[in-house]
Amino acid sequence: MLYFVARRLVSALSVVLATLIATFALFFVAPTDPAGAICGERQCTQQRYNEIRQNLHLDRPKVQQFAEYTAGIFTGRDFTTSGVTQHCAAPCLGFSFKNDRPVTEMIKTRFPVTVSLVLGYAVLVLTIGVFVGSMAAKRRGTLGDRALMTSTLVVSSVPYYIVALMVALYLTVLYPILPRGEWTPISENPAKWAAGLLTPWLVLGIYNCTAYARYSRGSMVETLSEDFIRTARAKGLSDRVVTYKHALRSGLIPVVTIFGLDVAGSLGGAIFTERIFDLPGLGVLVLDSLNSYDLPVIMGTVLVASVIIVVMNLLVDIGYSLIDPRVRLS
Amino acid sequence: MSNPAPQDRAPEDRKDSMAESAATPPAAAAAAKRGPSVATRERRDGLVNPSGETPYLVVEDLSVKFPTADGLVSAVNGLSYSVPLGRTLAIVGESGSGKSVSSMAVMGLHDRKRTRISGSIRLGGDELIGLSENDLMKIRGDAVSMVFQDPQSSLHPLYTIGNQLTEAYRVHHKVSKDVAKKRALEMLELVGIPNPPRRFAQYPHEFSGGMRQRAMIAMSLINDPKLVIADEPTTALDVTVQAQILDLLNNLQKEFGSAIVLITHDLGVVAEMADDVLVMYAGRCVEYGTAADVLANPRMPYTWGLLESIPTVSAASERLRPIKGLPPSLLNLPDGCSFAARCPYVERVKGELCTTQLPELLPVDGAGAHTSRCHLHDKASIYEAEVAPRLG
Repeated sequence: MLYFVARRLVSALSVVLATLIATFALFFVAPTDPAGAICGERQCTQQRYNEIRQNLHLDRPKVQQFAEYTAGIFTGRDFTTSGVTQHCAAPCLGFSFKNDRPVTEMIKTRFPVTVSLVLGYAVLVLTIGVFVGSMAAKRRGTLGDRALMTSTLVVSSVPYYIVALMVALYLTVLYPILPRGEWTPISENPAKWAAGLLTPWLVLGIYNCTAYARYSRGSMVETLSEDFIRTARAKGLSDRVVTYKHALRSGLIPVVTIFGLDVAGSLGGAIFTERIFDLPGLGVLVLDSLNSYDLPVIMGTVLVASVIIVVMNLLVDIGYSLIDPRVRLS
Repeated sequence: MSNPAPQDRAPEDRKDSMAESAATPPAAAAAAKRGPSVATRERRDGLVNPSGETPYLVVEDLSVKFPTADGLVSAVNGLSYSVPLGRTLAIVGESGSGKSVSSMAVMGLHDRKRTRISGSIRLGGDELIGLSENDLMKIRGDAVSMVFQDPQSSLHPLYTIGNQLTEAYRVHHKVSKDVAKKRALEMLELVGIPNPPRRFAQYPHEFSGGMRQRAMIAMSLINDPKLVIADEPTTALDVTVQAQILDLLNNLQKEFGSAIVLITHDLGVVAEMADDVLVMYAGRCVEYGTAADVLANPRMPYTWGLLESIPTVSAASERLRPIKGLPPSLLNLPDGCSFAARCPYVERVKGELCTTQLPELLPVDGAGAHTSRCHLHDKASIYEAEVAPRLG
C-alpha cells in the first residue's frame, strides 16, 4: 500500500512539473508581450515599457526567467515597480501589478469561497445523486424509474446558467423564498456562511445530481445482475443490505472516478455559480483577470487548478485501492 | 463441531426437528419390504422418494414460467421430486433444461414480478410457495443454502473471505463478531483450507480456484443447513480439483447429514455422488429413479443419448457421439414428446403418438419407483440389444 502511494506520488509530481513548464511557456515563451500587457495601451511610454521589462526580468534569457519563477515558488522573491520594492513570500506565484498584490495572496482569499461551495455540492451529489440512482436501478423498468430518468434528461438538456439565473432571479429576488447568495467566512459566522451558500449549493447540487443519478443507475444495474449479488441474496441478507452494502460498493467504483474529476474541475473555479450568486471565488478571479489581461494571476490560477486536478486524481487512485483490493496488486 | 462421528448427530441437534431420517435402513431393502403398490402410492403422495425414505424436501408439480416480450417461457413444467436428509439427488440435463431454474425456485431467488411459479415446494413439511419475502429470507442460507457454479464470480470481490463467512453466520445468529469469526475459522479448517487465520483475512482473488470453491462450501455450510443445493459446483474447476471438491461434499454430507440437490450435466459426477437421479429435458422430468436404476437400466432415449455421449478412453479412435439436433424452444413446446424431434427411435412407436401426445411419467416395469416418460413399449429390450453394447 505504501509503495503504491509512493509510486503514484512520484508520477503526480512529474505531472505538476510538466504543467509548470507548459504554463510558463504559454505566457512567457510564446509570442505574447507581458510587459505591454502590464504597461497598458494609453500612457505606455517607451521608457516605462523598458522599465517594466527590466523589473520583470523579461530581458533575461528564458531559462533564467523560468528558474527565477520556479525558485520563487519555494523561496519567495522581490519585485520592484516604480522604485518601490515589494516582497512576495513563498509560495510566490508572481505579482499582479494591476492589483498591486502578490498572486498567492489573491488566490488565498478566494480559495475558501470556492472550497465551501464545492464541499456542499459534493455532499449533495454523492448522497442524493447516488441514492436516487440506486433506487432507480433497483426498480428498473418501473414507472418511477422511467419518470426519473426522463426528468433527469429534461433537466440536463437546459443549460446550467439558465437554470441558475432563473433561480437567482425568481426565487431569491422576485419571490425571496431562498436566501440570496453572499460570502461570509465560516470563522466569522457559521450560520451566515451556510445561509449565503444555501441557494448556490442547491442549484449546483440538484442540477448535477441528475447526471450522478444516471451514472450510478447504470453502474448499479450492471452490478445488481452480478453472480455475487445472487450469492448475497442466497445467504438470506435483506434487500437493503444486498443493495446498499454488496451492490453499492462495487457500483460506486465508476462513480468515484467521475466524482474526483468533477470536484477537481469545480475547485478550479465554478465560474457560473460564483458569478450569478455573487460569490468572490476562484472562478470570478479567473474571469476578472482574463478581462483585464492580468497575466501573472491567470498563470497562478492555471497552476493552482492543475495541481488540484493532479491531487484529486491521486486521491481517486487511493480511494480506488481502498474500495477495490485488486487494484493494489497492479 | 470439528470432528463428530458421522452417526452421532441426533436429529434434535438440528434447528427445526425433522422426523426420523438418518436411521432408516438402506434404500433398496426398504423399497422391497414395502412392496410395489404401497411404494407407488406413497411416492405419488410425495411421502417417499425412489430410495424409499421419508423426504425432507418435496417438490410437487412445480412450474416456473417467465413472461417475456416474445411470449411465455415455460422453463419448468410439472416437476416433482423429493430428497431425504443425508441423501443426494442429482438433477441432470443440458443447458436450458430447467435444472437451475427449478432449484432457484426452491431458494425463492426468482424475481417475483417477472416469474410465475405454481405447484408446491415443501421443506420438512412446510410449504414455501406463497411465503413472504421476509419469511423466505429466514430460510435462505439457514435451512437451505446454495453452492454456486463459479466461485470466481459468485464471491464478492471486494470483501475478505472472512468478512463474507462471518456475515453469512451473523445473518441467522445473533452473535458477536468474535464468535462468528471463531465459527468461520472452524469452517475453513473443516473444508480443508490450510492456515485459516491467514486465509480469513484474504480476498477471493488471492485464492486458487479450488480453494475458492472450498471457501464457498464453507460459507454455505456455516449455518448447518439441512438442504444444500449445489449448482454445478465443479464446472469451473480443473479435473483433479473436481474430484477433491466432490470428495469434500461427500464427506461433509456424512458429517452434517444434509440433503443435497446436485445440479450437473456430468454423468461421471452423478455416478460418484448421487443416490437418486432425475433427468430433465425441456423443463420436464423425463426419467427419475435411484442412481443404480437410471445409470444401469436407463429407460428413455434421451438418457441413452447422454450416456452414449460420454467419451470413453478405451475407444480412443472413435469420434464422440453427440445427441443430434437442439432442444425445443421453451416459448413454444411441441404437443407430443419434447424429445421426439431428436429421438432416433420415433419410428418404432405406432402412429404419430410421439409427436401428438405427451407421454406420461410412468413406472418402467409397471410398478415401482423408477419412472420414465416415453411411448416406446420395449424399452428394456432396445436398451439391452442396441444401446448397452455401444456403451462399451
